[in-house]
Amino acid sequence: MKTDKIISWILLLMALTAICGLALITIFIFKEGLPILVKVGPVKFIFSMDWYPSEGEFGIFSMIVGSLAVTCGALIIGIIFGIGCAILLAQFCPPRLVSILKPLVELLAGIPSVVYGFIGVVVLVPLIRDYLGGPGLSVLASSIVLGIMVLPTIISISIDAIRSVPGAYREGSIALGATEWQTMCMLTLKAARSGIVAAIILGMGRAIGETMAVIMVAGNTLDLPQSILDPVRTLTSNIALEMGYAAGTHRQALFATGVILFIIIMILNSIALVVSKHGIKSRKIL
Amino acid sequence: MGCNVKTKRELIKFSWAIFNVFSIILVMFLFGCSKTHKNSINIVGSTSVQPFAEMLAQEFERLNPGVHVEVQGGGSTAGIQSVLQNIADIGTCSRQLAGSETNLNSILIAKDGLAIVVHPSNSIDNLSREQIRDIFSGKITSWKELGGKDQPIRIITREEGSGTREAFVKMVMGKSRISRKALNQESNGAVKELVKNDPCGIGYMSLGLVGNELKMVSVDGIKPTIDEAKAGKYPLVRPFLFVTKNEIKPESQKFIDFVLSSNAQEILRREGLIPIK
Amino acid sequence: MRLPPLITQRIAVALMWILAGVALSILAFIIVFIFYNGLPNLSWEFLTKEPRHMGREGGIFPMIVATAYITALGLSIASPIGLATAIYLTEYTEEGVIKNIIRFGADCLAGIPSIIFGLFGFVFFVITLGLGLSVISGALTLALMVLPTIIRTSEEAIRAVPQVYREVSFGLGSTKWQMITRVVLPSALPGIFTGIVLSAGRCISETAAVMLTAGSALSLPQSVFDSSRTLALHFYIMSREGISMQNAYQTAAILIIAILIINIFAYWLMRRFISRLSVS
Repeated sequence: MKTDKIISWILLLMALTAICGLALITIFIFKEGLPILVKVGPVKFIFSMDWYPSEGEFGIFSMIVGSLAVTCGALIIGIIFGIGCAILLAQFCPPRLVSILKPLVELLAGIPSVVYGFIGVVVLVPLIRDYLGGPGLSVLASSIVLGIMVLPTIISISIDAIRSVPGAYREGSIALGATEWQTMCMLTLKAARSGIVAAIILGMGRAIGETMAVIMVAGNTLDLPQSILDPVRTLTSNIALEMGYAAGTHRQALFATGVILFIIIMILNSIALVVSKHGIKSRKIL
Repeated sequence: MGCNVKTKRELIKFSWAIFNVFSIILVMFLFGCSKTHKNSINIVGSTSVQPFAEMLAQEFERLNPGVHVEVQGGGSTAGIQSVLQNIADIGTCSRQLAGSETNLNSILIAKDGLAIVVHPSNSIDNLSREQIRDIFSGKITSWKELGGKDQPIRIITREEGSGTREAFVKMVMGKSRISRKALNQESNGAVKELVKNDPCGIGYMSLGLVGNELKMVSVDGIKPTIDEAKAGKYPLVRPFLFVTKNEIKPESQKFIDFVLSSNAQEILRREGLIPIK
Repeated sequence: MRLPPLITQRIAVALMWILAGVALSILAFIIVFIFYNGLPNLSWEFLTKEPRHMGREGGIFPMIVATAYITALGLSIASPIGLATAIYLTEYTEEGVIKNIIRFGADCLAGIPSIIFGLFGFVFFVITLGLGLSVISGALTLALMVLPTIIRTSEEAIRAVPQVYREVSFGLGSTKWQMITRVVLPSALPGIFTGIVLSAGRCISETAAVMLTAGSALSLPQSVFDSSRTLALHFYIMSREGISMQNAYQTAAILIIAILIINIFAYWLMRRFISRLSVS
């Protein structure tokens, strides 16, 4: 019993270390970014389209639109292909094939973003430029590259979520006469909802946060994109492009961009929390 | 039952945990907490200067074994900041110092031309400075207005804090802003790759890095070659600077002397820069 | 007109095979493309020599060492702490406001772009703590970056272990710690491992954060305080600057092979653990 107590204290200590470290980052970002947010005014900062740091003008609206556009595009691709793949691999695929494909998918999660970006530049951008028009560096290119990048994340975690639904649920449903597909749609997916939503949120987070690949294929203009073939700049690319050079107010403005990103992610996760809470409730009832 | 570790599984788990903890401690101790390479020189700064600095560093290390020179990129302003914050011994910069930066010590190590580059298939051979300014500010939007094909002009620029961009803005744009529609790329190489593949593109980059794959446009009738730049005729030339604090480490001073020597300057000339002599 | 369920199923499954096929073939294309361009001229010298002439010639040995160094150090710091946090959160705390806040915070931070960790690491580790552009700055930054992910995936894995297992364990007279190590963790190990392997992959492929904290020096790191360049960063610089496409492809091939090796090793390890420790 005594060892149990000691162990629980050790665990608490380590948990506190982790939490402190992560809190430190949060506090730091806000501490650096809030002053300039207050100075420029949050409304002007968020809604102004003029980003001219050397003249002291900081407005990130084009970048916010850019990030959102690219992320939406990536999620459309990620959800359609990713969850489809996950359902397939978790349920409808012969086990031998699964034991090859699932590791392959997880392997692909590890491929560096710069490789994806590079292939986007070398293969995708010229295709878009030649066949669809525009400079090729575009919302479309970024969405496709990002969508492919978040696929492994969404697939992996969704498969784990689907598999973690107890076998008894499925067996009960089959015993009642439903087909596998009906079971999947009406039962398993709903039971696995919190995990799948977690997968999508993690994927979305990865899409919003992706920097290097987007810098390579998005074009990084300051203008609002008028169509998916127009170039765009995202919040993260903005930070990465200017970080090494920024000093003083400019650097604070980049931290402020970080604050905005933080808040966006907090909002996203709140939505995820609400959705998955329903999932947990319905699971408890079952 | 006591708390003795009995089964094999528990053993494995605990040994793994302990292994992790020990390996951290071991690694930290083995490699010591004292800075090795006490006589190493840290150089941080412009991505334009970086390739040349790396070359010189390797040559310097070859001639002076035992000395270690580390070269990083990050950008001109990053280099200056690093010097100010004592991360670097020498900062490299591809533009003139401005504002409070002028308190630092700067040494000219070479000059670099700024080339206006277009796709090889582009028919334009010459542009005046005003035309370049109007193109990059978005006033001229089609190649047709310059006598070329009926295609939209796609402007390619460097990021805001780039030394190359600041030099370009200072020498060509003046008070005009670069168009918001310009595509931003984060390095000379990226600009080169983009213009190489886009028949409608136009950009600016370091003269020394252009190579054979792009077409360079004459500015105000003057060809963008090193000889023209040396003769002072080609107007777009910017300095490569080494920036240090006012007190310089003796090792750094040795490296700076080497870079200013005729051997090193010859290397730079061979690579496409304009030596200072 | 409603289709009979079995036909709906066949259509749905066929559709999903198509989707999966497209997705997987794109992913496979990427690997094939890199290998096709990068493997043919790969040589032992490339792996063991230092780069010369800005990376146009020579090899990538320092980059391999730097990547291994930073990743191993970062994971060694993050895994035990992350796992301990996850265990504490699931087993030792009640579902309550504080726990939800912590979980929420971890989710948020798992989603924070790596560039912000890089920004933080640059200002805090490199400048404020005076560690300079170095392996240790990079490792600490990466550790902070993967910590939330490890906590979250471990927590999900531990929570997925059915409550019944715990009750049975207690019913048989085990202590809490015994229950955790002999029943819960072995079942949760696959999920935990997935989290750690995903994090390792993320560490190896991280470019922006590493560039700002570990720097991009070409030389071999001789201590944790030396700056160095990782494989991913080297690939980025090579390919963007157009310095050497050939070497860029080769570096990318090495990178992918390294990730392959880690994943295979992870799966081998997991299979051994599962066969010995799994309760399900």
